[in-house]
Amino acid sequence: MPQRSADYCGLQFIAFIKGKVLSLTTFIIVSVIKIAIVLFILLTAVAYTVWLERKVVGHMQNRWGPTRVGPFGLLQPAADGIKFLFKEDLTPPHVYKPLYIAAPIIAVVCALTSIAVIPFGNWVPVPGGGSTPLQITDINIGLLVILGITSIGVYGVALSGWSSNSKYSLLGGLRASAQMVSYEIALGLSLVGVLILSGSFSLREIVAAQSGHFWGFIPNWNIFRGCQFIAFFIYLMAAYAETNRIPFDLPEAETELVAGYHTEYSAMKFAMFFMAEYANMITVACLASLLFLGGWHGPLFGPQILQAILPVFWFVLRVFVFLFIYIWVRGTLPRFRYDQLMAFGWKFLLPLSIANLVVTALVVALRA
Amino acid sequence: MPDNYFARYLPLLIHLVIVGIVACGMVLLSWLIGWRRPTRAKMAPYECGMAPIGDARERFSVKFYLVAMLFILFDVEAVFLYPWAIILRDLKMFGFWEMIVYIDIVLVGFFYIWKKGVLDWGEASMKRGGF
Repeated sequence: MPQRSADYCGLQFIAFIKGKVLSLTTFIIVSVIKIAIVLFILLTAVAYTVWLERKVVGHMQNRWGPTRVGPFGLLQPAADGIKFLFKEDLTPPHVYKPLYIAAPIIAVVCALTSIAVIPFGNWVPVPGGGSTPLQITDINIGLLVILGITSIGVYGVALSGWSSNSKYSLLGGLRASAQMVSYEIALGLSLVGVLILSGSFSLREIVAAQSGHFWGFIPNWNIFRGCQFIAFFIYLMAAYAETNRIPFDLPEAETELVAGYHTEYSAMKFAMFFMAEYANMITVACLASLLFLGGWHGPLFGPQILQAILPVFWFVLRVFVFLFIYIWVRGTLPRFRYDQLMAFGWKFLLPLSIANLVVTALVVALRA
Repeated sequence: MPDNYFARYLPLLIHLVIVGIVACGMVLLSWLIGWRRPTRAKMAPYECGMAPIGDARERFSVKFYLVAMLFILFDVEAVFLYPWAIILRDLKMFGFWEMIVYIDIVLVGFFYIWKKGVLDWGEASMKRGGF
């Protein structure tokens, strides 16, 4: 496990593959291969999260969900993708064209970029000797990069609402941007407790600080060890609001706003907002498991090869549980009213997160 | 050979470029493949079948601006808290008290806007006759 020290930022990172110094060309090729694999997995995960949601919500509402395309409707995402490509790609004359086209691109780029700094597991050995981290790039301010990129993601929503020049879109865009910036504060402050405990912005180091057990069996996860369950609760609520999910899905409340900020979009541009939303859900789930639930730590057993795969399995399992809870909540809860939403964010979550960080800071400062 | 800083951020840059190409490619592909047969009704802004009155370039509640301003204030607070949180173990109680003073100043402002009714939407705001 990498140590917390200055030399951690040393030669290993140039080498990328530990123990070997790569030339710039090899370095770029290795990066591109990693990025291609991660993006492929992420986009597949996005497609199948949509399938899972339709299936699970269907069963919760006593229906079957998709069943026609492929076994259990498993080919439904592919069919939907093809359908979106062949749909009419209209650009209405009343829109402001540059921003109208740029908005879905901004949303998707921001949603898919934040995955770049998320680690999926330990360093794994590679066939050529040495080992490589399961991560596109390990930046020592990884958490800040994610927060920054997701903040830019608000632009995609706000600009699509404004540039569409339609009343539903404008209302949806305004609501969405006000809601997202409001909950971003609670989200940002809820992470301070974790930062105090781990003393680092590097996601890899935050996970490394959560290894081991206390009292014999309780894992050292931040949610238990650091008593960050309040922060975890705040993070979860704020994350639902940030991704515009039920019970905070007012920006796209279909009963009053048709589709919210993407009312005027069609074909692939329409689908891209959904892609962005689901990719954000996955990023948020990854972040929750890294920051609060110990990342990829879990029981390791069996032969060497199984021990290499198990951490990734534990991590994916956590992310899956989070996505399932997302869908569960969607199938269970009604929608907030807008004044309730704002009051909940500003008058409840914000003071609570400040209280949490003060208490955490006091305990850590007294013990230090 | 790239230096450390460059080597760390280069994959992020490559990732950004690839994702940008993917996103633009999706828009372009859909534009190339999808057929277009525009009619007047299709091109009108969607308003549930009603004939649209005016366009959406209208005034909207000033509260959205207030929320944006408050966001900047409190997000700056969060930004100041981040580096402090990282080195709190070294600062010990001194760092804690220093930050309590800072948080208190922010909290005074927070309760001011709370009492002023900036955070109230809907009925509570109407009764107050404010924003």
